Amino acid sequence: MISVHHYLLLSAILFCIGTFGVLTRKNAIVIFMCIEVMLNSVNLTFIALSRHVGNMDGQIFVFFVMTVAAAEAAVGLALMIAFFRNRESIDVDDFNMLKW
Amino acid sequence: MEAILFYLTALVAILAAFFVTKCRNPVNSALCLVTNFLCLAVLYVMLEAPFMAAIQIMVYAGAIMVLIVFVIMLLNLGTATKSVYTHGLLGGGVLSVLMLFLTNRFVANGQATGTGGEITSEVIQSYGHTELIGKAMFTDFLLPFEIASILLLVAIIGAVVLSKRKV
Repeated sequence: MISVHHYLLLSAILFCIGTFGVLTRKNAIVIFMCIEVMLNSVNLTFIALSRHVGNMDGQIFVFFVMTVAAAEAAVGLALMIAFFRNRESIDVDDFNMLKW
Repeated sequence: MEAILFYLTALVAILAAFFVTKCRNPVNSALCLVTNFLCLAVLYVMLEAPFMAAIQIMVYAGAIMVLIVFVIMLLNLGTATKSVYTHGLLGGGVLSVLMLFLTNRFVANGQATGTGGEITSEVIQSYGHTELIGKAMFTDFLLPFEIASILLLVAIIGAVVLSKRKV
């Protein structure tokens, strides 16, 4: 029988892989996709614990996380298009205008 | 049977997540991300949350991935792969392995307490998962629901304003 610990371990592994991608990749869209992996692993934690506790609130929270992820995707990708128009690149090494 | 399905899905999910970080071409990363989302949808079905699985496939694997792939194609990033596509491999690797170690310790040493709520398998079977979600969302969580709709409206306006050439 699969216990809640298995799901928690799986989501921990997925979260760490996402963190690794965010810290090491240079392409801004790939970093964005790694953030989506992290958000999804947290969703898995919420649903597993909601099932374990026997309560619906965790799944409602997942619904709102998905809403925020959709809003984030729309605004983030619009920002990337605007940036690409200025710099002809979405390499995060070029995102240094605020650096001194 | 359930254990085999779980381990298989978990393996595919972990491999897909790893290839999201590893693939050079962003289009390949996006395809691996879709695989990861589908595996998570299978896990949601195993956790008796079929509505969440449907939402996962429609919103994440459908809408958000279409947006990401569309932007990748629009910016024509597939051809613009550089020779150096990562940085800080050692630091990022050490940090994420450390985090994995810490979270595994937390999960292994802790107990998930507080079982025995009112939503059991029988309740989900008899009422239906979607109906339970709808009841919770439109009674207890009505205000957050409305705030989420305002957030989406603001995001639409923000995306349009940001991607216009002249405001």
